[in-house]
Amino acid sequence: MFTGLEFNLGSGEAVVLRGPNGSGKTTLLRLMAGLTRRSAGKMTWGGAEIDDFEAFGANLRFIGHLDAVKPALSVAENLAFWRDLWGNPAGNLPQAAAKLGLGHLIDFPARLLSAGQRHRLALARLLVAPAPLWLLDEPGNALDDASLNALAAIIADHRARGGMVVIASHGSTVVEAGRALDVGAYTPAFNHAREDHWSDAV
Amino acid sequence: MSVFGAVLKRDLALAIRQSADSFTVLAFFAIAVVLFPLGVGPETNTLAKIAGGVLWVSALLAALLSLDRLFTVDFEDGTLDQLVLSGEPLVFVVLAKTAAHWLTTGLPLILLSPVLALTLHLPAEGYGALLTALLLGTPTVSLIGAVGAALVLGSRRGGVLLSFLVLPLYVPILIFGTLSVEAAILGVPVKATLALLGAMALFAAVLAPWAAAAALRQATE
Repeated sequence: MFTGLEFNLGSGEAVVLRGPNGSGKTTLLRLMAGLTRRSAGKMTWGGAEIDDFEAFGANLRFIGHLDAVKPALSVAENLAFWRDLWGNPAGNLPQAAAKLGLGHLIDFPARLLSAGQRHRLALARLLVAPAPLWLLDEPGNALDDASLNALAAIIADHRARGGMVVIASHGSTVVEAGRALDVGAYTPAFNHAREDHWSDAV
Repeated sequence: MSVFGAVLKRDLALAIRQSADSFTVLAFFAIAVVLFPLGVGPETNTLAKIAGGVLWVSALLAALLSLDRLFTVDFEDGTLDQLVLSGEPLVFVVLAKTAAHWLTTGLPLILLSPVLALTLHLPAEGYGALLTALLLGTPTVSLIGAVGAALVLGSRRGGVLLSFLVLPLYVPILIFGTLSVEAAILGVPVKATLALLGAMALFAAVLAPWAAAAALRQATE
């Protein structure tokens, strides 16, 4: 999938994955999460190679294209599930909801939320139980300006506390002073596919 | 163990909110059983003879109806990705979801079965064996079903594929379940067949969660 792709992430740092559609931003994030298995290459965490991805999952929070929101449960119940799943009884649900502008909706069933609000509920998961590494796949999708600012604020706050963020984004970004990584440059498969596409068109 | 508790609690809450799903399974069970007296005729002796088998077959088919959705919803809305990343073994997730499935379908089927046995004129001696056999057999149904449900995740027409995969594996449960009821009616000791059902449940409890977890991991890749 990728050739020659190498980067490291220190405490408080952020990497913004850039590249056109289909260049492998999501694949790279899923590889980092351990959702997709590598056929080659190496990933280390704190200097040691990761061999148990099942346990490694506890170090990260992954926000993908799917919101993983249960429409039949209320906003608070949705968040409570994640807090219990990650075993953090101290997680402050009202605060997490409020930081993403869902404070007044906390007792609403999630099925009444708009697409943007559901996505904000997914993002609120980041706050109910802490984890050092955030992997965010296009977290700005479907968000209005105020929510983008809220997202930028929680990312900045996370980094200020030493957290790390890898964020895939092809549009405007919500990360200040993050390093950019052009994923498309490392994916021969993608470049190859594009050539095929052109030859077909001709 | 926070994963087991959290998933079990959430699945039970969802089942209560969306109780129509569990109700559909029970309604199917009831209708399937009630069709037999209509088809076979109301003769008490004939019905009593087939009662155990009819109840078991109907219960298996009803359970199959609900297995389809065991992992599908979590798979489609992205929850499954998050459960894989919970940091704890995925086996606990499978165990929790299977336990929730049994509590919301297996247990209600058991509770409903004596009432339906009445319509089939099941002899009084058969009730104890029927309930015990269902109690020992339905957890295996949920456990084997979880493996099947995990394997067909993401495939179109998964429900049909699921029945091809899982129903042959239910044959031993069906045979020993029905045999237990018949033995009790004939006054023969039922311990042996019930013990075999119990052994199958333990065997499935040890192996099925690992198989299902492996299949789930495959599905999220």
